[in-house]
Amino acid sequence: MDIAVGHPELVLDAEEKRPSRNWDIFLKPNFLLPVIVLVIMFLAAVFAPLIAPYDPLQTTLTDRLKPPAFVAGGSPAHLLGTDKLGRDVLSRIIYGARVSLGVSVLVILITSTIGTTLGILGGYLGGASDSSLMRITDISLAIPGIVIALLLAVILGPSFTTVVLAISLLGWAPYARLIRGEVLKLRTADFVLQARIIGCSPGRIMLTHIFPNVINPLLILATLSVGLIILVESALSYLGAGVPPPTPTWGSMVADGRSLIDTAWWISFFPGLAIGLVVLSGNFLGDWLRDRLDPRLRQI
Amino acid sequence: MGRQLIIRLIQTFISLIGMSLLIFILVRASGDPVDLMRTSTTTDAEIANIKEQWGLDKSYPEQYWIFLSGMAHGDLGKSLIQRRPVTTMIGEALPNSLSLGLLAFVIGIGMALVLGVVAATRRDSWLDNGVKFIAVLGQALPTFWVGIVAIYIFSVYWQLLPTSGLGGPANYVLPVLTLAFFLMPGMMRLVRSSMLDVLGSEYVKLARVKGLPERTVIWKHALRNALIAPLTAAGAIFAGLITGAVILETVFAWPGVGRLLVTAVSGRDFPVVQGITIMVALVVLVINLLVDIAYAYVDPRIRF
Repeated sequence: MDIAVGHPELVLDAEEKRPSRNWDIFLKPNFLLPVIVLVIMFLAAVFAPLIAPYDPLQTTLTDRLKPPAFVAGGSPAHLLGTDKLGRDVLSRIIYGARVSLGVSVLVILITSTIGTTLGILGGYLGGASDSSLMRITDISLAIPGIVIALLLAVILGPSFTTVVLAISLLGWAPYARLIRGEVLKLRTADFVLQARIIGCSPGRIMLTHIFPNVINPLLILATLSVGLIILVESALSYLGAGVPPPTPTWGSMVADGRSLIDTAWWISFFPGLAIGLVVLSGNFLGDWLRDRLDPRLRQI
Repeated sequence: MGRQLIIRLIQTFISLIGMSLLIFILVRASGDPVDLMRTSTTTDAEIANIKEQWGLDKSYPEQYWIFLSGMAHGDLGKSLIQRRPVTTMIGEALPNSLSLGLLAFVIGIGMALVLGVVAATRRDSWLDNGVKFIAVLGQALPTFWVGIVAIYIFSVYWQLLPTSGLGGPANYVLPVLTLAFFLMPGMMRLVRSSMLDVLGSEYVKLARVKGLPERTVIWKHALRNALIAPLTAAGAIFAGLITGAVILETVFAWPGVGRLLVTAVSGRDFPVVQGITIMVALVVLVINLLVDIAYAYVDPRIRF
């Protein structure tokens, strides 16, 4: 029932104050702020050569360990200071966004595809394949991913591909579990039963009837996983098992500054801040998306 | 319950076989593991020697069998760098990891319980918002960075605590607290949300109507049932504990299993990495088995 019936002034009032109600939700700070941070990171990664003031690999030994511009002894030439080889910290952070962004995008594509496929198959077909799939999923969720990633780094040698593989190897499990749960609810829905009655093949039902209905949870989980992937990627880089030098990564920059923490705190501080900011934005955006699309999924 | 326990034990055993197979395949998929050990100083004779020692000249099923029986005998091979059995090296590092992990676990989970319950009972108060804020920060800031910033503040700037390594009780403060801070947020969110569910239930209302003091209602009646949901997450929390320990032991130069693993990775000391992976996998399976049993015990409706 429309509460405005019999109260024409309410309708007028509402329409005057909210001319485009649908756009309002995008103007909230918990949507705008994270999106701005993520867009800046995306632009920094794509246009790094245009934005970065210096070549991230260029070493200038005369400019070693220069503090940031706003600290005594710093100069505006290096806004966030330089590291022990005289490389510009700001430029390296800008270039480091490429690794974090590239790994996140690839891992999300791989894990969501595998996880969704397995989740839909297991949830819809049921039976022994489903129960064994769920046991594998449970175990995958309980394994500390970083240990497997370190094992892979030793076997394959550290590289961009190794990092993506290592994070993806266990990363599909949350998708499989979530999507399977959704499919279990959908498989007895009227529209699925009707599709079966008119003789749709299982493949067609899964693809054209069930899949479109799990896109919302899929989107929410993918957004929420951005932060987690970046945290794991940077941790691997910190431990020396990530994308190898000389490619600048946020995690390895923090590691570089570890031994110089008593003299040059800025080397570790700013890359870590960049990680925290991006992860925070990813988590906030995921929460916002979940509240908008599917508030039931509060637990993920 | 006895029959289900046996089924569950068999399942765990099958999982263990599956996991060892996975590790075996991962290791062999990359080609000859001996090639990984080749450095500029290795001679062909040494390589042939290692191959024979490891049985790498045999067929894959035979190799897998050797690998399995070695594991069953507690033989995880020898370190390539230190030339000592991997089990001995793990044994030396394990006590340091356990003391760090246990302390952090008790503090982190204890704090999570108290803060989660208090936040749930005073929903939307400044305390609740503060707890949510800590949870959000704890889940977003990279652990290794938090550790380094803590070193900067407490060891470099204020010079209150040692920066790293093993020593007196003061050496424990920073690693334990950062690891606890890493563990806390997830558990806190779980306790808070499951406590909110329970507080709205009928039997909590009944307990209040009966005139029980609010403290008994919350900490005895409600909390007991609110703990069932976080218990299922125990496996994930344990995985988090290991992840955090690997990172923070490296940050604080703490001579535990995590640092042993990372040093072995950078030195490409393959048997050590493989041995620690197997050990972690084993512990993970046992923990999950125990959690399942505890779960069925706490909530009798649950059957495997």
